[in-house]
Amino acid sequence: MASGITKIQVLSLYKSLIKESKKFANYNFRSYALRRVRDAFRESKSITDPKLLKKEFEYGKENLEIIKRQVIVGDMYQTEKLVIENVR
Amino acid sequence: MFRVIKNVSPLLCKNLLQRSALQENAILMFVQGKHLHTDSESEKFSLKHEEVGRPLYFDAQATTPVDPRVLDAMLPYLVSYHGNPHSRTHAYGWESEAGVEKSREQVANLIGADPKEIVFTSGATESNNISVKGVAHFYAPRKKHIVTTQIEHKCVLDSCRALEGEGFKITYLPVGTNGIISLQELENALTPETSLVSIMTVNNEIGVQQPISEIGAICKKNKIFFHTDAAQAIGKIPIDVNSMNIDLMSISGHKVYGPKGVGALYIRRRPRVRVEPIQSGGGQERGMRSGTVPTPLVVGLGAACELAEREMAYDHAWMEKLANRFLDKIYSKLTHVIRNGDPKQTYPGCVNLSFAYVEGESLLMALKDVALSSGSACTSASLEPSYVLRAIGADEDLAHSSIRFGLGRFTTIEEVDYTAEKTIRHVERLREMSPLWEMVQEGVDIKTIQWSQH
Repeated sequence: MASGITKIQVLSLYKSLIKESKKFANYNFRSYALRRVRDAFRESKSITDPKLLKKEFEYGKENLEIIKRQVIVGDMYQTEKLVIENVR
Repeated sequence: MFRVIKNVSPLLCKNLLQRSALQENAILMFVQGKHLHTDSESEKFSLKHEEVGRPLYFDAQATTPVDPRVLDAMLPYLVSYHGNPHSRTHAYGWESEAGVEKSREQVANLIGADPKEIVFTSGATESNNISVKGVAHFYAPRKKHIVTTQIEHKCVLDSCRALEGEGFKITYLPVGTNGIISLQELENALTPETSLVSIMTVNNEIGVQQPISEIGAICKKNKIFFHTDAAQAIGKIPIDVNSMNIDLMSISGHKVYGPKGVGALYIRRRPRVRVEPIQSGGGQERGMRSGTVPTPLVVGLGAACELAEREMAYDHAWMEKLANRFLDKIYSKLTHVIRNGDPKQTYPGCVNLSFAYVEGESLLMALKDVALSSGSACTSASLEPSYVLRAIGADEDLAHSSIRFGLGRFTTIEEVDYTAEKTIRHVERLREMSPLWEMVQEGVDIKTIQWSQH
């Protein structure tokens, strides 16, 4: 843990990203954000290089802020739900 | 209409035979009989739309939604930084200029160019116009010949038509049935008079990918400028202007999850490509495109390009997964489905299918909870079959029955399944009603039928 980023910090970032992504009002953006976050963390699982880990961690944090802001914007301009959301 | 005829005719015969004596009853029975008959078949022919809500978006070649990350980059320039990027005397101008220059770098990075070689325009249409008309006019005194293909976007074809009116010679290369040009034919078309070859990277209707590197090499060998309209390719497939020998390239913002109304043109500096500007004015963008650069839009384009570079492999894998899933579903349930364009040399996010014996417009109407198009958005108002499909030699009836399924970054597996299932259901329903389909099922070869002569 030379990079100073602990496993707990990574896990906590992951949880926040998922939690915020679920708030997207738009079905497509929501599905994409969840899928992208999950895949990104799966891809980066094996990163051991502390420099790269820090870079990815910072990128994740930046994106968390973006998601938070864009959820608010999306909330303000909601549309009717898609047909697929009304099925079942 | 077919439904009525189909349901009525057997009943009518029966009624006439058995009930000739009781004519007044016959009518009653006829009405009731018809009613009973449709009830049993109602499932099959039903056009009921029990689902409510906005249609699913399957038209990614027409335009793509703005990625929230792109919008996030743009918003500061819409809300806070309103300066004119060309104002050199104050901080408002400087901060906008910094945004524009960063974006220029992001666009250049995506295609392996130098930032100085990027010119911002209003979109791919303008970039194409500057390229085709600009190069043609500048080199007009010595060279008056241009080579392009029959399946280019309207704006390239129309620019060429305009040049033809001015006395230029244009060669429109044909394409094979797979939508790919023949390199031999290209080489044969080149003359010492030729100033420009303009061939699109990925076709907007059938998704085929031309052999750009090979075309670039041929053009370089013959010292002819090579322009490619990469609006549908940028950010989706890897492009490097140097290794592919591209001299001019058109880029569009709204096809890479960026904003509409912005695009870029790559113009090579070494060896220098000169163009005659179309727009006169303040001489912005190195004099090639006058007019104030729209900072928020340009920043959005830059953010979209950077994102596309980062996400290209991931998005491409997703497109392949979705396209294969969609095609497997369709092919497993339906026969007589033709994929237009080469199945291998293609961008997987564009699936253009012809459903034989089904009229495309009726299918589009039936699939009203999916936003689809029969071809390019520019020509979707006309009922004429697409010139691209005619160029690849599709029969008139198949050209009329084509539908383009456009997949994008935000398309989900559930949406693909829903669309495939709906498509299968409606194609089956429409075929069930079609007398042609009935004949095909009986083994009649439709092509041998002598229709009444006009």
